[in-house]
Amino acid sequence: MTNHWIDIRNSDVILIMGSNPASNHPIAFKWITAAMEKGAKVICVDPRFTQSAAKSHIYAPLRSGTDIAFLGGMIKYILDNKLYFEEYVRNYTNATFLVNPDLKLPGDNNGVFSGLTDGKYDKSTWSYQTEGDGRIKKDPTMQDPNCVFQLLKKHYSRYTPEVVNQVTGTPVDKLIEIYKLYGSTGTKDRSAVELYAMGWTQHTVGTQNIRTMCMIQLLLGNMGVPGGGVAAMRGESNVQGSTDHGLLFHIWPGYLGTPKASLATLAAYLEKETPSTKEPNSLNWWKNKPKYVASFLRAMYGTNVTLDEAYNLLPKIDDGANYSWLNLFDQMYKGKFTGFFAWGMNPACSGAHSNKVRQAMTRLDWLVNVNLFDNETGSFWRGPGMDPKKIKTEVFLLPCAASIEKEGSIINSGRWNQWRYKAINPPGVALPDGDITSEIYFKVKGLYEKEGGPNADAITKLSWNYGPKTFDGHFHFDPHAVAKEINGVFLEDKTVENPTKPGEFKEFKKGDPVPTFAWLQDDGSTSSGCWVYCGSYTDKNMSARREGKKDPTGIGLYPEWAWAWPVNRRILYNGASVDPEGNPWSAKKAAIKWSGDKWVGDVPDGAGNPGSGRPPFIMKPDGVASIFGPGLADGPFPEHYEPLECPVEKNVLSPQKNNPTIKRFDKPGVGSDLDVYSGVDSCDPKYPFICATYRISEHWQTGVLTRWCPWLAEMQPEMWCEMSKELAKERGISNGDKVIVSSPRGQVECVAIVTPRFKPFNIDGNILHEVGIPWHFGWITTKDRSYNPGDKKAEVFTRGDAANLLVPTIGDANTTIPESKAFMVNVVKK
Amino acid sequence: MDVSRRGFLKIAGGTLAVGGIGFRPSLAHAEPLKIQYAKETTTICPYCSVGCSIIVSTRNGKVVNTEGDPDSPINRGSLCTKGGSIYQMANNENRLGKPLYRAPYATEWKEVDWEWTLDRIAENVKKSRDKSFRATNDKGEVVNRTEGIASVGSAALDNEECFVYQKFLRGLGLVYIEHQARI
Ligand code: SF4
Ligand code: SF4
Repeated sequence: MTNHWIDIRNSDVILIMGSNPASNHPIAFKWITAAMEKGAKVICVDPRFTQSAAKSHIYAPLRSGTDIAFLGGMIKYILDNKLYFEEYVRNYTNATFLVNPDLKLPGDNNGVFSGLTDGKYDKSTWSYQTEGDGRIKKDPTMQDPNCVFQLLKKHYSRYTPEVVNQVTGTPVDKLIEIYKLYGSTGTKDRSAVELYAMGWTQHTVGTQNIRTMCMIQLLLGNMGVPGGGVAAMRGESNVQGSTDHGLLFHIWPGYLGTPKASLATLAAYLEKETPSTKEPNSLNWWKNKPKYVASFLRAMYGTNVTLDEAYNLLPKIDDGANYSWLNLFDQMYKGKFTGFFAWGMNPACSGAHSNKVRQAMTRLDWLVNVNLFDNETGSFWRGPGMDPKKIKTEVFLLPCAASIEKEGSIINSGRWNQWRYKAINPPGVALPDGDITSEIYFKVKGLYEKEGGPNADAITKLSWNYGPKTFDGHFHFDPHAVAKEINGVFLEDKTVENPTKPGEFKEFKKGDPVPTFAWLQDDGSTSSGCWVYCGSYTDKNMSARREGKKDPTGIGLYPEWAWAWPVNRRILYNGASVDPEGNPWSAKKAAIKWSGDKWVGDVPDGAGNPGSGRPPFIMKPDGVASIFGPGLADGPFPEHYEPLECPVEKNVLSPQKNNPTIKRFDKPGVGSDLDVYSGVDSCDPKYPFICATYRISEHWQTGVLTRWCPWLAEMQPEMWCEMSKELAKERGISNGDKVIVSSPRGQVECVAIVTPRFKPFNIDGNILHEVGIPWHFGWITTKDRSYNPGDKKAEVFTRGDAANLLVPTIGDANTTIPESKAFMVNVVKK
Repeated sequence: MDVSRRGFLKIAGGTLAVGGIGFRPSLAHAEPLKIQYAKETTTICPYCSVGCSIIVSTRNGKVVNTEGDPDSPINRGSLCTKGGSIYQMANNENRLGKPLYRAPYATEWKEVDWEWTLDRIAENVKKSRDKSFRATNDKGEVVNRTEGIASVGSAALDNEECFVYQKFLRGLGLVYIEHQARI
């Protein structure tokens, strides 16, 4: 989230689209309600009339996978009716930039941008015109036909309400009503926030769904201001933190790119990865990247090796290679891995195409699964259709401590980091995950010290000073020691110039915490595990529970409750909440104010001294936010493409039906024999209904924890399929009947919920049905499976297996997040 | 008036002591508060990303109560169904308390001890790593990576655990490192 939960209270309009917070982030609704009490209007757009819709002022249905069409129409409406915040757009976005005249837009180029060959874009025409000195050419009047603003206008001129209606099925009057209301926040005093979750990410156009909204927020001047922003409501309590700490193939902690094989040395890596700019006033914050990289390498290896050696020891990925989730399980299915850690995860239910995932694990020599309860992953070898006597995989199911049985921090969607305290001991001999990692690490290290092996230093030289060996021979894992390492320390005595007050110097002693990331060094004299957390654990633990009742600004920042990255800033990009002279756009909603010699309020973000001319989006090399976004794989402007599996023959907007840059696993030599889709080239009558997975408030994710909690299992014991009355009638299904939902990948048994919450869509004259299924279920907590003596048995049984058995192996063009929100199924009465 | 939860309890307790709000003192005595003499710690809900604060009351090493923390400006004492059920995460006979092992082709779990388990895992890791380690790729570029081991997880870990876990994996040379954020 750019802002934070409490800040939703400051919004005038709240758009719930791609999410259902009333069910899935229930306590967030406290702040939506608080905004409503102050007069805010709430809009909900969803294929299904959700609990959030029930609380909204306006509800509009839309067919799954058509969000870009819906939002593209909103962009057109905002531009046509001059609802945009012109001063903001001109000063703080790239709307004035002149683009290469050779760029072709999809409207003039068969539905794709210029540069497409073999499913990949050559982006050379997605560039800017430059002056002789390298500066980007601009037209402050935004009239030049090649400026971003005019190109935007041209691109979305095709997204008329009638066309949008043909694509989305949303009635035209609803479209206009919503566009008008949301567009009303393009003024100084009004702000609007958008709340999304997996409803936007789990599409082949997921990244572009979100980008379309970011562009709208920029046009309306809603970015960086209280009550504004784009709110990614994350699904897990610490998925923000696990991402910040680089548990993904493509990033090291702190969003530093994983080194590629072509970058042989640290110097080559820094040269390639550190952005530069010719814009004279731009701060270009990422120019500091070498400091964060050096500090990360020190946090990995301490001073045991040099920075260059540390870089060399760490693994490199091949240029252009993608090792993300869908590829990982594809490779596992093809026998690439002998070993696999599924740590605090249940991919047998959470992985798209779960049958493929489950089969893939039979090809492993060993699997380590760490969890609180037995689960479908650890026990995959005895799941439905498996014959244990034929499965070679050696499995270790390790018991870990629950959140109240250890201490440490987690960070919420608003980037507020909060420390948790230990209440009791874990059951039996279960250990905190950190202790288990430490134990395995020291065992492996011991083997390499004794026996040697390739690149052994990479393991043996890691710094691992997280507490002494205890009396019983185990390694205590002290989370405070790690939190300090993540924050960063000086590794030698050093006098450093104050980064914000040139000419002033400060002395640090070896071991002193680094106060903020601005003090980090590129020469190896500081360490910091994750630079964005620098400042979280200085002379004291800033994430510890504090008495944070104070709200000095009155806009709900609560700066003394928890600690927010970066530098305890609560509203990102707040430098854009003031005009170029430094006056808040809105006196009522001021995130920061100039007091005469400094900024007060929130911790300022990117704001130079008033009148300095510094553009506030300092994480972008050119200092302004990107309405034109050439960084993405599938286009500098979002364009509507149909989901890979979809019920329509043609894309109404262009001859290009699907996102041309997605990786198709059904192509020869790409995926596996199990990767089959339905209705890609023409509609497949065997699977006529659109299906989306979703969550409910009583369960969490695969249900790996909640299905074992009897209160929750009793409230929601069973897999269901929600469908319209019309579809039920067509198929002779009554409420409460058992039905089979199937796709080319698998099937699940469900109870039918026949409800007016789903209504058939009228798409370009055709009646189309959509159904919805929750994804919290799995076979391990069912009654009818086989039990061995001593097996754990749920106190309250659940019924049904994973929704992901139906989901295809297909992902977003940028992130490869699977398309679980729009695929095709059949539903029949059992 | 700015009353913290503990302050509130004191006020409420005072009211009870003088026999207020219609309680018969004997009844109040017969049914002491569930959290009397309990130790309180705070935690943050492990489920969704709102970050609701929870008070956990323990007595003699057992959780006797969990409830929303009114001092948190985020949830102000409220919890949803999931956060409200944390009590059952601790008081749950089905929690795993011992490492379990399934040998190749075996049909059931066997309870094993940590020492044996850790040794066996370490041997497996070393064997898989050494067999699949590549110093260079097909182009001859230095890659120093282990191709035969993959990892998924985890957003369920604390930040500190995430950091050391990625340190462990990258130290081993893994490149197939993924987790919940990708799905
Ligand atoms: S059911 Fe829920 S909302 Fe109703 S009284 Fe009980 S706790 Fe309150
Ligand atoms: S109590 Fe409910 S809303 Fe709050 S963090 Fe937990 S799951 Fe989310």
